[in-house]
Amino acid sequence: MTTLAATGVLRYSWLLLAFPVFGAAVLLIGGRRTDRWGHLLGVLMSLASFVYGVIAFVTLIGYAAPDRSRDLHMYSWIPVAGFQANIGILLDPLSVCFVLLITGVGSLILIYAVGYMAHDTDRRRFFGYMNLFIVAMLLLVLSDNYVGLYAGWEGVGLASYLLIGFWQFKPTAAAAAKKAFVANRVGDAGLSLAIMLMFAEFGSVSFTGVFSSVHSGGSGVASALGLLLLLGACGKSAQVPLQSWLLDAMEGPTPVSALIHAATMVTAGVYLIVRSSPIFNAGPTAQLAVTVVGAVTLLFGAIIGCAKDDIKKALAGSTMSQIGYMTLAAGLGPAGYAFAIAHLLAHGFFKAGLFLGAGSVMHGMDDEVDMRRYGGLRKLLPVTYVTFGLGYLAIIGIPPFSGFFTKDGIIDAAWEKGGTSGWVLAACAIIGAGITAFYMSRVMLMTYFGPKRWEENGVLGGAGAHPAYKEPHVPHPHESPLVMTVPMILLAIGSVAAGGFLIINSRLVDFLAPVVGVPPTSHGIWTGPGIIALVLSLIGIGIAWVMYGRVPAPVIAPHGSVLTHAARADLYGDAFNESVLMRPGQWLTRLSVYFDSRGVDGLVNGLAATIGGTSGRMRRLQNGFVRSYALSMLIGAVLLVAGLLVVRL
Amino acid sequence: MSPAGYVFLSVILFVIGGVGVLIRRNMILVFMSIELMLNACNLAFVSFARLHGNLNGQVVAFFVMVVAAAEVVVGLAILMAIYRARRSASVDDASLLKN
Repeated sequence: MTTLAATGVLRYSWLLLAFPVFGAAVLLIGGRRTDRWGHLLGVLMSLASFVYGVIAFVTLIGYAAPDRSRDLHMYSWIPVAGFQANIGILLDPLSVCFVLLITGVGSLILIYAVGYMAHDTDRRRFFGYMNLFIVAMLLLVLSDNYVGLYAGWEGVGLASYLLIGFWQFKPTAAAAAKKAFVANRVGDAGLSLAIMLMFAEFGSVSFTGVFSSVHSGGSGVASALGLLLLLGACGKSAQVPLQSWLLDAMEGPTPVSALIHAATMVTAGVYLIVRSSPIFNAGPTAQLAVTVVGAVTLLFGAIIGCAKDDIKKALAGSTMSQIGYMTLAAGLGPAGYAFAIAHLLAHGFFKAGLFLGAGSVMHGMDDEVDMRRYGGLRKLLPVTYVTFGLGYLAIIGIPPFSGFFTKDGIIDAAWEKGGTSGWVLAACAIIGAGITAFYMSRVMLMTYFGPKRWEENGVLGGAGAHPAYKEPHVPHPHESPLVMTVPMILLAIGSVAAGGFLIINSRLVDFLAPVVGVPPTSHGIWTGPGIIALVLSLIGIGIAWVMYGRVPAPVIAPHGSVLTHAARADLYGDAFNESVLMRPGQWLTRLSVYFDSRGVDGLVNGLAATIGGTSGRMRRLQNGFVRSYALSMLIGAVLLVAGLLVVRL
Repeated sequence: MSPAGYVFLSVILFVIGGVGVLIRRNMILVFMSIELMLNACNLAFVSFARLHGNLNGQVVAFFVMVVAAAEVVVGLAILMAIYRARRSASVDDASLLKN
């Protein structure tokens, strides 16, 4: 892959960043003065970025396939001897996919948020933060070097923190924001160490510089780099072992969950791995670790999703699981990169649609999130029901919806890896597909079918609930306004069509080939493993119907099995962190404090006390009586003489 | 009488003087005891000079006498000053430098 200088309309690609920067600056600096029209500016700036993204995409398509990597140098950020960090924009097939996803889905979600956040007095601040997020995310995917990527990486972390804790008056939201920030720091440490290692080994942090010399470094360096990058990806993408923050992140407003914690930011780890494909191709150990993390997470998230009664947390478990699929694919090398990105894009559509649907349900149900108090909503929220249902069919991979094409691509790629690892990975992916079908059918059945459990039991209200809703009361579910349903409809169209559009005729595979390489084998739409996954999905739907469709779900969660308990407790992810990391950390702190106060301070204080006590005792000898002085002189003289005599003898 | 007898005599005088310094409270008597100790030393010097057959000890004895005379002058002056200030000649009363 060679990178050419940006020409023509691409010379203005800085506009992609400039629009949302302007929006965020005006909204956050302008303060309350911009309250009345702030949300409109936020949407407009995001849409402007999207329009430019489409222009850039069309321009890139116009070039010949090998010439589609265009670099725009903006300015030298840190120019010192031997170290160059530039701010530059790299538009290539990979980054332009992300630009379209971020600005396109982002704009739809912002339009939705105009309606969803209409009653929030801080709506303007919300849009300011959202624009800030879009800037940071675009910087992350557009930067042509790792330092710029890192700046965007930290920027999305900040925006995520601000938006999870948007309702900071709720202690749970504030705690969730802090938890996300701390968990991300662990991953960020891995990414920053990787960048330092790149500079130490290759003397460069730009993509071209690192990728051209990675082969000369040997597989040891490449594997070390890959593992550090994987740690960074685990933090940002909520992969095991840094997964625990994502479920708590659902404390944020639903549009945040849809944009940041489903469609874009949490997929940044997948982007990082795919973007660093030359490093991973050169380090097989790191690739194996990536696939293992992906396979473990896809089962982990799916199992958690099965037991959650909070609709957003069930979807969050599903997000974790789907990103596990992407990570698994990204670890398969050139065979999987394109499918990881295809699943990522399709997931961006259907998961954002599912979250917006969940938000629409919450909007109609007075912010209730407990699915056990839903039921029978399909007649009352018909648009939400249909769009959510299309997203549901897409995620569980029913043909011809999106997930069928993209997920089966990943399963096939894992299958074709061959060997024991290929078998195990493909088995994990197929079983995960079955579990996905089960928990998504459970969400669907508990929300839209069955008796209207809210009529007899009322709802309590959940995240951001009005204080008046502390007592159970009967809500009046209603369809959301047009400003919310139109984005949902557009995303539903994406959920239906995106997967097929990207996979059929290898459109995305060919488009991305200059950046990530060509898969060694191409496979058809209907493959053996894909059909097994489809059959398992149908079985999953059947089990869900037997458990939740045929008999009504009780309002009070039944006691459940050991596995259910584990899944409700996030498979003890928090308990693990607490016992393995937090408690020893506290012990270490206490030990340090003890050592400091007793050891270091004790030594100094003890020395002072000894000297003080001794001098206090010595002081008593100075009694002022001349005779006692004379006696001590005499004794001294006698001792001296005696000593002299002894020595002489 | 052998010269050794003078040495023993000087030792006895020195011990008497030393005990006097340690146990007497009156400054004058302490002073006198000090003089006794000095003179015991002189006696020892002279005796040793005689024993060794040279004059070094006798010369030192003269020096001691001169220094003792000067010391008596200064010491008695201080004694007088203290007595005038405190109306007391006890050494135990002059213990202001304690602690």
